[in-house]
Amino acid sequence: MEREQMKRILLAGNPNVGKSAIFSRLTGVRVVISNYPGTTVEFTQGYTKIAGEQAVVMDAPGTYTLEATCKAEEVACQMLKESDLVINVVDATNLERNLYLTLQLLERNIPMVVVLNIWDETKHRGIEIDVKKLEQLLGVPVIPTCGVTGEGIKTLVERLPEAQVPNRPESSAEEKWRKIGTIVQEVQKLHHHHHTFLQGLQDASIQPLTGIPIAAAVIYGCFWLIRFIGEGLIGYVFEPLFNGLWLPVMTKLSVVLGGGGFIHNILIGHLVEGGIDFGQSFGLLTTGLYVPIAAVLPYIVSFYLVLGLLEDFGYLPRLAVLVDNVMHRLGLHGYSIIPMILGLGCNVPGALATRILEGRREKFIAATLMAIAIPCMAQIAMIVGLVGQRGGQYLLLIFAVLFAIWFLLGVGLNHVVKGRSPELILEIPPYRFPLPQAVGKKLWMRVEGFIASAVPYVLLGILIVNILYSLKVVDFFARILTPVLSGIWGLPSSTMGALLIGFLRKDVAVGMLAPLNLTTKQLVIAATILAIYFPCIATFVVLVKELGIVDMLKSMAVMIIVALVVGGLLNLLLPAGL
Amino acid sequence: MDVTMLNRGETATVVSIGGGRGLITKLAALGIRPGVRLTKVSAQMFGGPVNVRVGNTEVGLGYGMASRILVEKEG
Repeated sequence: MEREQMKRILLAGNPNVGKSAIFSRLTGVRVVISNYPGTTVEFTQGYTKIAGEQAVVMDAPGTYTLEATCKAEEVACQMLKESDLVINVVDATNLERNLYLTLQLLERNIPMVVVLNIWDETKHRGIEIDVKKLEQLLGVPVIPTCGVTGEGIKTLVERLPEAQVPNRPESSAEEKWRKIGTIVQEVQKLHHHHHTFLQGLQDASIQPLTGIPIAAAVIYGCFWLIRFIGEGLIGYVFEPLFNGLWLPVMTKLSVVLGGGGFIHNILIGHLVEGGIDFGQSFGLLTTGLYVPIAAVLPYIVSFYLVLGLLEDFGYLPRLAVLVDNVMHRLGLHGYSIIPMILGLGCNVPGALATRILEGRREKFIAATLMAIAIPCMAQIAMIVGLVGQRGGQYLLLIFAVLFAIWFLLGVGLNHVVKGRSPELILEIPPYRFPLPQAVGKKLWMRVEGFIASAVPYVLLGILIVNILYSLKVVDFFARILTPVLSGIWGLPSSTMGALLIGFLRKDVAVGMLAPLNLTTKQLVIAATILAIYFPCIATFVVLVKELGIVDMLKSMAVMIIVALVVGGLLNLLLPAGL
Repeated sequence: MDVTMLNRGETATVVSIGGGRGLITKLAALGIRPGVRLTKVSAQMFGGPVNVRVGNTEVGLGYGMASRILVEKEG
């Protein structure tokens, strides 16, 4: 069938009503679904069959009105113009508020159906909705569903061909609200319901007196859990796997290849004290597999498991409210905690998530702070592995320095960049118990994404390391940059290779510090500089797209200055014997 | 009085919103508009955000925004 003739179906609705869950059910395309507004910032498309015909389904960011107030909402409005059919997803537990967008959509003269999602929650919230009546009043099919379990999706697909062009005359906001008032009165009945345990917890986590201790406990608990799971996976699964199974194979291969030479050096790397060292040999099949799989993957798994639970439970928007005051000092508001937290996993989704922020100023500040002071989990895992051997206090030092940079640089940017930070305005979703299948699915998606994107880049990075060294390119840069390297940062010129590879993959770059016999002081300085001096190439590309070239150049200038200053200060202040 | 002056747990009816069209539209989209009843859920310290509940929706609002929502207590 011709692509142009294919029907285009748009999922439209308020933020956090479950559009992505419905999208995933309709198309089988897996997308990240969470319990907070603004999970989807890009549009995704997939295919489905209605009445035997192939159709394109588009998942758009949520919007409260068709008058867009941020970038994510603009995307949604733009997509509406290009669609042949609209599935308006409505949160059944928030009928009144959601109907405003519904009435706006009804005036657009595009065939439409309404989906009453989160239907399962109406019962225990004491909400009763007369679906037949609502259908009559709106003039389009109305289908109750539960996106996360798939309930009602079959009916939705069957009834899509019944979509109606409502042909409503345009009306003012005032008239729409009046209309909504009468609709809600006719179709919705509220029954008294008792406060549940979750609602009690909801209130406790937002009152300052109880909420701040809860936030501290949650954050501490999360880091503890991430470390516990990550170390457990490394110690009990991946280390034994590599040392017990892979090492003998590689040792044999090394012998077969003659223990040296070009091919040996590319595949196995160089031998350390006559044997293979997964951390230091730097061959494609040794370090190239060990870094992404044994050192980093365990932490990726544990981080995204914990993040997934937090997201689905609905905690993050509450954290945003609690930290709003602090974030205002950095020229941001509380919701910018979302790109920061996502950035801890990988800076790429973190950079994309800056779209939930209103203006250019906030995006610039948030993206710059994230790129400089938030190391991604791959990098953190390598730092923990490498610096941790010298003592936990040095790890603490690195993260304390990064946190201080994040805060002080934010305060500085807030003063320097013109404008004021906008105020927080954020819908706080109810707490929901995460569904194990949903959490598992999301975790698997993210882990798969990591493997697909990280492993090839790590291998490429290691290949490039070997080529650069044999071509003496690294020596060339090292000679040019010696005044900075040794003069300001106190680092030997052998660290130049790591700084070059850091443009490609930060985890490989940190790994490259392992064989250099650095002092602890040099290791701390090098690891810190690797985190701040420049984002990896993948993040860089996304940032250029999100910020524009002008802001990105400014951001890069900040990065380089911060790297010079902080590296120099650490070199001055840390005791020489370290 | 405005929303920031309500005590935690108190319910009041929105009388008017003292702000530009942008703010009025934004708040209305979240269900906060004249004539609607809202309950104050929490207030953070030092002029931090105020949370209110409208129907089944909980909304976190910056202090400045909350102070522009004028309300009247019942009774």
